Amino acid sequence: MQRSPQNEFLHAWATRWMIVKTALAEKLAYRGDFALGTLMRFLPIITQIFLWWAVFQSLSPEDPNAGRISGYSFHDMVAYYLLTMVGRAFSSMPGLSSSIAKTIRDGEIKRYLVQPIDLLSFLLWSRVAHKLAYYVVAIGPFALVFFLCRDYFTAGWPDAMTLACFAASLVLSFALGFYLEACLGLIGFWMLEVSSLLFVYMLLQFFLSGHMFPLDLLPAPFDTIVNYLPIKYLAYFPAAVFLGKIQGAALAIDMAMLVFWVVLFYLLSRWIFAKGLVRYSGFGG
Amino acid sequence: MSIIQIDQLTKSYRVYQKKEGLAESVRGLFRREYKTVEAVRGISLRVEPGEFVAFLGPNGAGKTTTLKLLSGVIYPTSGTASVMGFVPWKRDMEYRRRFALVMGQKNQLWWDLPAQESFRLHQQIYSIDRSTFDANLSELTSLLDVQKLLGRPVRELSLGERMKMELIAALLHSPDVLFLDEPTIGLDVIAQRNIQQFLKHYQEKRQITILLTSHYMKDVSALCQRVVVIAQGILQYDGSLSGIVDSFSGSKVIQLQLGIDQSKVGLDRFGELLKTDLPRVSIRVPRQNVSRVLAEILNNYVVDDVAVEDPPLEDVIASLFHSISESNPESK
Repeated sequence: MQRSPQNEFLHAWATRWMIVKTALAEKLAYRGDFALGTLMRFLPIITQIFLWWAVFQSLSPEDPNAGRISGYSFHDMVAYYLLTMVGRAFSSMPGLSSSIAKTIRDGEIKRYLVQPIDLLSFLLWSRVAHKLAYYVVAIGPFALVFFLCRDYFTAGWPDAMTLACFAASLVLSFALGFYLEACLGLIGFWMLEVSSLLFVYMLLQFFLSGHMFPLDLLPAPFDTIVNYLPIKYLAYFPAAVFLGKIQGAALAIDMAMLVFWVVLFYLLSRWIFAKGLVRYSGFGG
Repeated sequence: MSIIQIDQLTKSYRVYQKKEGLAESVRGLFRREYKTVEAVRGISLRVEPGEFVAFLGPNGAGKTTTLKLLSGVIYPTSGTASVMGFVPWKRDMEYRRRFALVMGQKNQLWWDLPAQESFRLHQQIYSIDRSTFDANLSELTSLLDVQKLLGRPVRELSLGERMKMELIAALLHSPDVLFLDEPTIGLDVIAQRNIQQFLKHYQEKRQITILLTSHYMKDVSALCQRVVVIAQGILQYDGSLSGIVDSFSGSKVIQLQLGIDQSKVGLDRFGELLKTDLPRVSIRVPRQNVSRVLAEILNNYVVDDVAVEDPPLEDVIASLFHSISESNPESK
């Protein structure tokens, strides 16, 4: 049967919505484990706050609150850390790469060659569902933590424009995180095991995304290098936008770069997928 | 016109040859030796619409590879194929909507969700309109007797029940062509028979074209009018199931029920004694000697009952596979 482009469009979105609904239902099948896992992620906040307190205390023992590291006070540091938590709630993709590699290794990928469905968009929309389920559970704890720590945000709420950029950077960091990890997982077409590759990536991400410390703490030339890498958009960038550290033309350039990286990794993932399928189909299946 | 046309299809793989031992493993890091495995070596075949064809052959014969080629999962090394006018490995979306592949235990259902939810997603993916979907689902579930299991998470279903759900998932969009790879593998006798009956009924009613691979002769004899034997990647036989016995077995089995007090002494001069469980004896006799041997036995022994049968199909196939691999020792 032939369908008009308009119907094709509606059908594609209905399919995406159906994938989201089904993946949500799946996520809720293990609601106990899911809720516990979500809440556990808040524990590191406490240790991280104590850690920074200890650092600032050794810096200026009389009044830790007066100390500064590259312009960051203790309060700024906690505020920064809490904001990277929000960023990572969007950009981190637990299990994505390894599940793609497993799908290839176990031959489950056949399903996406036989059925009229695309692997990458299927994964994207189930990931959207996982994130939605996560936000529903995590929004309460997040609100509580931000309320308790409200005094750390010394500058108060940013203006509407900054907030809008913050929101946009979160959505884009989700897309970037997704396509970046999808690319890594698709390497599974060539390597049976991608876990060591993933380990290296996770390590780099841990330090260079700004998850551990603000990237402007890095000495030259590393600060410049990191500034040109896509990884900083996964945690540092949204937090820096919220805190008003990047403004005006610099903000516009960074937003454009973020869009560029998302498009680049989207195209790259498509290309690797297409190459991988050719190899898979030629090699064995 | 044939619904499936295969011409001179070949598929060879390059596989990494690892020798035994640590030293060889280290050497393998730098220099790898590859061996070419010819899984399919020039198969040509025509299948008409509504046919139910079985692929028989030993493990590694190229049956599954052929099904993978026809469902477009892999590219051929050479040769052509068309299914319903489509070239399978182009993976046209329109083609994907019109066939289905069921591979043994490979799961196309969501493990933690009731099958019902996977079916709903299929409805959307294959854009099946609501009334067709409802009609198909209720027909399939009642034929397979799984109405009550639709709401149960797939992980809690037995292997047989899961296989039934897989079949439903594959048939919801009313495919014209169905490829089944070992649909009854690992199932108990009752579940096997259920699935056989279902497939037979469904195929007769819908007149869809089915290609099936199986190791169970019962599947094949229950379902397929036509059998294709593949071994060593080559088509060895194409015809009816009973025809296999005629073409590949040069012998018949004479079953005797001897009279009281008769001994089996001397019977072995007529042929190989297969079973001696007095008073019953069965002897394998070359086909052309059957009438002469029978006359001689009836003259010399007291016989209460006699029957002449073809040897069991399994035996014929086993010896057929054996003779094929004997005649071609370079591959495994």
